[in-house]
Amino acid sequence: MNVVVCVKQIPDPAAPGALDSSNNLDRSGKLILDEADTYGVEMALQLVDKAGSGEVTVVSMGSASDVAGLRNALAMGAAKAVIVSDDSLRGTDALGTAKMLAAVIRRDVPDLILCATESSDGYTGTLPVQLAGLLGLPSITFAKSVAIDGANLKVERQTEAGYDEVISPLPCVVTVTAGVVEPRYASFKGIMAAKSKPVEILSVADLGLAGQVGVAGARQEVTSVVAAESRQGGEKHVDEGDGAQRIVDYLTSIKVL
Amino acid sequence: MTLSSIWVVAEPAGDALTSISTELLSHARSLSGDVRAITWGANAAALAAVAGEFGASTLYDVGDLAGALPGVPVASAIAALVANGAPDAILFPSSYDGRDIAGRLSARLDRPVLTNATSVADEGGLVTEHLAFGGTLIVKARFSAEGPGLIVVRAKSFVVAPTEDLAASVVAAPPGDTRAEGAARIVTRHVEERTGPKLEEAAVVVSGGRGLGEAGAYAMIEEAAKLLGGAPGASRAIVDAGWVPYSHQVGQTGKTVKPTVYIACGISGATQHMVGMKGSKNIVAINKDADAPIFQIADFGIVGDVHKVLPALIEALKARG
Repeated sequence: MNVVVCVKQIPDPAAPGALDSSNNLDRSGKLILDEADTYGVEMALQLVDKAGSGEVTVVSMGSASDVAGLRNALAMGAAKAVIVSDDSLRGTDALGTAKMLAAVIRRDVPDLILCATESSDGYTGTLPVQLAGLLGLPSITFAKSVAIDGANLKVERQTEAGYDEVISPLPCVVTVTAGVVEPRYASFKGIMAAKSKPVEILSVADLGLAGQVGVAGARQEVTSVVAAESRQGGEKHVDEGDGAQRIVDYLTSIKVL
Repeated sequence: MTLSSIWVVAEPAGDALTSISTELLSHARSLSGDVRAITWGANAAALAAVAGEFGASTLYDVGDLAGALPGVPVASAIAALVANGAPDAILFPSSYDGRDIAGRLSARLDRPVLTNATSVADEGGLVTEHLAFGGTLIVKARFSAEGPGLIVVRAKSFVVAPTEDLAASVVAAPPGDTRAEGAARIVTRHVEERTGPKLEEAAVVVSGGRGLGEAGAYAMIEEAAKLLGGAPGASRAIVDAGWVPYSHQVGQTGKTVKPTVYIACGISGATQHMVGMKGSKNIVAINKDADAPIFQIADFGIVGDVHKVLPALIEALKARG
């Protein structure tokens, strides 16, 4: 069983974010593997392990000047990485990104494609389904468990009311929610092995998609960025055994109690 | 210039529409005199009255989906409608199924999507607003090419405004052949028992974060929420840790809530979390770190250990009956 996991290298969420002069997210600093993607990588590794054969490939788009995030996925156990990287990709929207990833995946369609429900930086959350649409594949979003049952995929999909058991033939695109599995830490051996695993870097021209990506391809633009009205902090008390009572009094004052 | 036509994806919830769907219909009605809704399932006749009440003149009914997830068949039906005349915009609820439908339609029509919109206005063309960096910045955006604007809107962005209008007229909008794309099928639905209000609709939300220390401590959050007639929420950190399901998550990734009071327990206030709750009317924070960012937006803060303050709060609430 071969699994592709779509991953994104993002600016460290712990660092304060910023917009660059073209109102794109500033990605000039150090990039890390989006933590939301580690669940997909772990899930893929477990499914391949269970199947007894096959491998995990991570596919990404973005700057390839720093591939530490991809190496992290390789250190966890993925066999290889492919990243589409090109100056012309700056400003590409989710649909344009989906077109890139679809072009990569079409070269060798796997049994299963896993994605996070949304990235932690852009958080648009539409890319996986756009990707499935472009590939002509079924998709199941918000999976809280994923299992292979013969030729079918069995997924528990999060809903407002609880969850649905959903089945789909393979290949299929699945988005996994955070916490679905516990991502492993890369072992020392894994980190050493990752250094010699292949990271293929492709350009837009390699994929025959020139002109469809970047700002021009996005067909949407930021018109302005303004500061939001900020909220002021109010009273603050150190708990001296009276914290709970103070909260009760406050809730009473705002008529919640 | 008024917009000639806006369509709204209106999610069914039994004989009603989800609250976000009525928010979108109400707002669409304020922007255009021609609002049409798209729904699915077996209750179109009942939903026509609701859609009409919130301003839709036409209800396109995709019909029973025969167990398919809504994404593919509903997008397929909308694509067929668009081929006969496109609206200026199509609004989608930012929900599990709403995002699926928007993504599928985007690929089908080769049209971009603007997601996580918190405002949609007509400024001689559609302009959307999106919160960035924990809600400290508002990014305004617009489409720069012809065609229907696909916009996914966050819950609680608009106020519901019922009208005196008659029921919408129901027009069948079959999905057509959904090919391999539509092959995923729901086998069984599991409804998890919930006592108390839905997270997005609750007047009181009590949320827990990493400061709880371990998964078992979340029971205190649930108990406090129950005693206050509210709903329990969570920060992303403890959802990622697998302590509570994703459906409890409040934040940029997760749900937007605007309750009368939001009580953040052991939540430091990462920007990711703030964007989902900073619209609350009142914010109470309990955190042992006096410098936690959550205190910068809290109306009432207690610097203390949640393991001491919460049990005492629960006792005090119980004592009140």
